[in-house]
Amino acid sequence: MVDMFRVGSCAGFSGDRVDAPGPVVDTLIELGGPCAVFFETLGERTVALAQLEKRRDPERGYEPMLERLLEPILERCVKHRIPIIGNFGAANPPGAARVIAKLALRLGLPDLKIGVVYGDDVRERLDLKTHEVYEADTGLDMGGGDVVSANAYLSAQPIVDALKAGAQIVVTGRTGDPSLALAPLINHFGWQYDDWAKLAIGATAGHLLECGAQITGGYYYDPGFKDIPDPANIGFPIAEVYADGRLVITKAARTGGLVNTQVVKEQLLYEIHDPAQYITPDVILDFTQVTVQEIGVNRVEVCGVRGGPAPQKIKATVCFDGGWKGEGEISYAGPNCLARARAAAEVLLARLKLRKLAIEARVDLIGIGSVLSGDSGTQWRNYEGNEPQDIRVRLAVSARTQDDADQAAREALALYCCGPAGGGGVRWNTTQRIRTQSYLMLPSDLAPGCWVKSAAELVK
Amino acid sequence: MMRADDTLVTVSLHSVAHGRAGDKGNRLNVSVLPYDPAAYELLAQQLSEERVLALYAHRGAISVKRYDLPMLPGFNFVIDDVLEGGVNGSLNLDGHGKSNSFILLGLEVRVPRRFVRTGNLVR
Repeated sequence: MVDMFRVGSCAGFSGDRVDAPGPVVDTLIELGGPCAVFFETLGERTVALAQLEKRRDPERGYEPMLERLLEPILERCVKHRIPIIGNFGAANPPGAARVIAKLALRLGLPDLKIGVVYGDDVRERLDLKTHEVYEADTGLDMGGGDVVSANAYLSAQPIVDALKAGAQIVVTGRTGDPSLALAPLINHFGWQYDDWAKLAIGATAGHLLECGAQITGGYYYDPGFKDIPDPANIGFPIAEVYADGRLVITKAARTGGLVNTQVVKEQLLYEIHDPAQYITPDVILDFTQVTVQEIGVNRVEVCGVRGGPAPQKIKATVCFDGGWKGEGEISYAGPNCLARARAAAEVLLARLKLRKLAIEARVDLIGIGSVLSGDSGTQWRNYEGNEPQDIRVRLAVSARTQDDADQAAREALALYCCGPAGGGGVRWNTTQRIRTQSYLMLPSDLAPGCWVKSAAELVK
Repeated sequence: MMRADDTLVTVSLHSVAHGRAGDKGNRLNVSVLPYDPAAYELLAQQLSEERVLALYAHRGAISVKRYDLPMLPGFNFVIDDVLEGGVNGSLNLDGHGKSNSFILLGLEVRVPRRFVRTGNLVR
C-alpha cells in the first residue's frame, strides 16, 4: 500500500458556511489514516479590514467567525490527532490564538498546543519607494492613501515548523493559500523544500481546495446545464495525496454537491494567469500538461502537474486607505417601471451635479443592466428589450470623505418624496474602501517564524 | 450524406462550454472548457483574442491574452483593466467581476449540433 495523506478543506473564504467543517471532519475520522484540515479565510483585502478592526480594538482583527467555525470540530480533531491549520489569524494571529485557547479551556482541552506563525506583517520592512511593484499591478491608480496593512505571502515552512514543534492547531496571518494545505503534507511525507515535483502535487491540492465548495459544485451550479445534488448542503472537498505523487479530489460523505472532471477543471484555472507559471511561495506550478479523470463517484484524479523552483522574490500586498463608497437603491415596479426607473437614474445624476459633491458616480438599473455593464450606463440607456416586472435603481459613488459619500447616497433616499411615482424600498449605506497594490521583496527582507504554547499557558 | 448532428448551428458559447471567472487586482481571468473535448479545435478557431477583447471593451478592457490548454482541454483568457478599478476601486456592484464569465459565455459560436448541450448534465 502506498502511503496516503488526506487534507480536508473547512472554509474557502471569510464568510463561508459555518456548518461546513463538521462533515469534513466526520468523514476523515470514519476513513481513518493520517490527515489534516485547513481553513482559508483571508482574502486580498480581508487582512486590511481586519487591521482596521484591530485599530478599534487591539484584541480583535482576526476572523470574526473563528469560534463558530472551530467549536463544532476542535474536540474531535484533537481526539483523532487531526491537525488544524488556518489563516484565520488575519491581522492578529496571537489574538486568535488567545480566543482558541479560551475555547479549548471551555471544552476541557487545557493541553491543546497552539502554534502561531509570525513575520507576514511587513509594514516595518517594506519600503514603498524602493521595493519593486508587482508586474500585474503596475497599472493601478493608488490615489495616495495611508498604508493600512502590508503582508508578505509566507511559505509553508513556518507552518511545518509549528507542526514539528507539536502544534495541534496552527494560526497564521498571510501565507500562500496553497501553503496551508501543503504544510501538513511536507510534515507527513518529509518532502524536501527543493523537491519541486512533490511540492507541486501538494501545492496543487491546496490550490484546488483553497476555495472550499468551489470544487464541489459551488460557483459551478448552472441549472439545466450543470446540475448538482442538494445544493443547500454542498460538502467540502478532501484531497488524497499519495507518496508516489498521485492526487485525488473527493468530498465529505453524506453531503450535497459533486466532484466531477468539469468542476475540477474550472477550479484548476481559477484565478490563474499563465497556466505554465502559477506562482506560489513554495513552488511554481505548471498546469499545461494536466489531465483529469473520473475514477469513481465524486472522485477525480489529477495527473500531469509539474513544478519548478520557488520564486526568487516574495509577493507582499499593501492595503491603502481608499476613501469611502456610498450606495443608495430604490425599486420601481409594474406598468411603465422602465421609464420611471430611467427617469430616477437621470434625476440622481442631475442631483449629484447640483449638489457639487466631490464624488465619482455610477448608476445601474438592476434587471436591465448592472454587473455586466460598464460605468458609462450605456447599457440601461440604450436598452430596447421587454419591460421587466420590477427594476431596482442603484447609485454608487466614491468619495474621499464619508460625509460626501453619505450625502450622495442620501440622494437615493430623497427620491421617496421627490422622485418618480411609486419608488419604494430605499436602502443606503457608506463603506470604507481599501485599495491594494503588490510589491516584490527578497527572502532576506523577511524574518518569519513560529511559536507554540499550550492553551493553559496562553490564558494565564 | 451529412449526418443530422453535423449540421452547423449558431448558439451561445454557454451551450458548448462552461467556465468561471477569477480576479486579481484589475485583471480578470475567464476559463472556457468545452463540454465535449472534440469541440476544442473549433473553439480555438473562433475564440480569438480580438473577439473576446471586443466583448469586454465596454468595461474598459485594454488587452486579452489567451492561454491554450489542449490536454485539459480548455482555454484561459486573461483580460486586463476590465474591472474598472478592480474589487478595490470599482463602483460596479460586482467589483470582483465574478459574474463576468457569462459575458464570454454569451458569445455566439458556430458549431456542429452534436457539440450543443441543452439538457441536464449530471452523470
